[in-house]
Amino acid sequence: MLNWTPSMQDSIMPTDRTIAVLSGKGGTGKTLVSVNLAAVADQATYIDCDVEEPNGHLFLKPSSVSEQVITVGKPKVDQKLCDGCRICSKACAFNALAVIGKQLLIFEEICHSCGLCMSLCPQHALKEVQKPLGVVRKGSSGSVSFLSAEMRIGESSAVPLIKALMREKQTGLTILDSPPGSGCLVTETVSHADFCLLVAEPTKFGSHNLAMVHELVMLMDKPCAVLLNKTQDGENPSEEYAKTHNVRILGSLPYDKELAHLTSEALVASRENEHYRSYFSSLLQEVKDASDSYPQR
Amino acid sequence: MHQILILSGKGGTGKTTVASTFIALSHAKAYADCDVDAPNLHLVMGSFETERKSDYFGLPKAEIDGTLCTGCNRCFEVCRFDAVIPGPTYQIDPIACEGCTYCLHVCRADAIHTRPVKVGDLKLYERKEERFSTATLTMGSGTTGKLVSEVKKQLKENIPETEVAILDGSPGIGCPVIASLSGVDLALMVSEPSVSAFSDLKRVITSARQLQVPVAVVVNKYDINPTICGEIEVFCFKEGIPFLGKIPYDKQVVTSLNGGENLACLNTPASQAIKRIYEKTLQVWKEQVRL
Amino acid sequence: MIVAVPAEEQKLDSPLCVSFGRAPYYCIFDTEKQKSSFIANEAAQSPGGAGIQAAQDLVDAKITTLITFRLGENAAKVLHAANVTLLKALNLSIADNINAMQENKLAELDAIHAGFHHAH
Repeated sequence: MLNWTPSMQDSIMPTDRTIAVLSGKGGTGKTLVSVNLAAVADQATYIDCDVEEPNGHLFLKPSSVSEQVITVGKPKVDQKLCDGCRICSKACAFNALAVIGKQLLIFEEICHSCGLCMSLCPQHALKEVQKPLGVVRKGSSGSVSFLSAEMRIGESSAVPLIKALMREKQTGLTILDSPPGSGCLVTETVSHADFCLLVAEPTKFGSHNLAMVHELVMLMDKPCAVLLNKTQDGENPSEEYAKTHNVRILGSLPYDKELAHLTSEALVASRENEHYRSYFSSLLQEVKDASDSYPQR
Repeated sequence: MHQILILSGKGGTGKTTVASTFIALSHAKAYADCDVDAPNLHLVMGSFETERKSDYFGLPKAEIDGTLCTGCNRCFEVCRFDAVIPGPTYQIDPIACEGCTYCLHVCRADAIHTRPVKVGDLKLYERKEERFSTATLTMGSGTTGKLVSEVKKQLKENIPETEVAILDGSPGIGCPVIASLSGVDLALMVSEPSVSAFSDLKRVITSARQLQVPVAVVVNKYDINPTICGEIEVFCFKEGIPFLGKIPYDKQVVTSLNGGENLACLNTPASQAIKRIYEKTLQVWKEQVRL
Repeated sequence: MIVAVPAEEQKLDSPLCVSFGRAPYYCIFDTEKQKSSFIANEAAQSPGGAGIQAAQDLVDAKITTLITFRLGENAAKVLHAANVTLLKALNLSIADNINAMQENKLAELDAIHAGFHHAH
């Protein structure tokens, strides 16, 4: 009788699994951990969800990159039909419309594409047209399928771009390199995750932001665990937080000048150095085991 | 109000460490944390005598009155933000709702109204003559430049006009950074010697220049990659940007900050470097203000 | 001419507000009647598009001229469409700026900056 373990199941039938790597604080090592976890897997999709300041491409250096323009609907006015009644501009919650005489001015970067103005216009002078929001880039880097997006400068909301990235998700393992903070881009990213890996540094700043992002993950009802990064001797407020709040600690990655240097050169440490390849492989297995211990959602 | 802003582009380069040291060295009475998404400055500024909190409201969000809802589904059909949750009584997800009011307009049962939603807290701390302005955003909110503007406005309204304020900025190049740059005399960029940080540094410098704010650069943890540090120095030279110094990686910084000690009181390699940089920054700032 | 000037306080001898869209008040000066008044800026509290809304409100108040330090490109678009003259403010009080304008000493505003796109 075979003992059916989750890792056996993986090699026969890859489980769909989406892991979000978060930190709350910037510079803690989200990208470091994300690119390395993706690189050591047999096959994985890496998605750079930090669409305002994407960095994953610097490390994974994807090839065969194809770009797809993502559009979003914006109103366009037929001035001949517009009589300057202002029903649209008064209704717009975002102040994206102004009326000078009978001329309607539309401010596309402020517009949130909700569609209300078009539905209200008594003269049917407003139609929806598709305008570029940003680009999604797809490529490959070794065994990693790479996805990232860049927002057009000035656009007000990047959330549709993250949704567009998620539509490209494939089966198997997906690693989401999340944006920093706890704002709407993070909540959008986390909403697509099965499991969250919280990366924390051993400073007061780190533990404070760990608390913030842990609270968010709990609010969104996602299972999670902590990875302590850049650890050194002495107290670790993040470790203390995890212990007092019963958050599983999957491991720690000590501060290491060699690793810092490799990362500063935008090299994927697990591809350069056997020690790190082995470390991140074990970490990936820990993450898989941890996420398996929660019921499928 | 005169303002010196500490920015970085990439997060985690040491803005708050440098800002808190500057505040101690200058005996500044006015300072603010503009990183409303993940504020950290308060963790190293000690305790204060009083804290004044005020609610910060964003766009009003939709709310459905379950007693009036007929379940006609029109709101669900028009909402583009996946904010309507159908069910025996329909509900609005306040995190997803963007406040566009489309649902309100289509509801025939008059069951939907908007309500003001608190999206953060504005805080003002006082300690003798010191005033520290900061804010926190509720999770899931879109980070707004407006809250950053409120943080600066709150500081300005509570300090004498002649005071120089030191502002701990936020990472990135989005609206909060743009809002923090408004009216600033000098933006000091704290970078680090990595490909990622260098790339982000260039982007944030572009934003600062668009707003006609003078910039200066320092590199933190420079010994992790002296080569890239050198590339940043050359870039600054070519762009006519003052390069004010390099700070070595210093394990002691972590221990001191965790212990609540300000680097201004220490004599470690990093703190010495920051002190020299502080003097140079003051110099550059004085030149800018005279212009 | 009807001139608008962004104001921090409702006092003619106070300095201008550095922001256009989020100024708490505007001083409205009628050159024919040589009279000034202050109106509150309803748009100041908007999370986004404050400059656009403020510009719309001023156009509706029939201003012909705006004196300001800075102006975002969206507000500028609204004011251009209404043919409002844009003048660069000097580092003086509201009253002194108005006098300077009447003596033709104010230059046209050239520095229009990118909008502060406040979202959500």
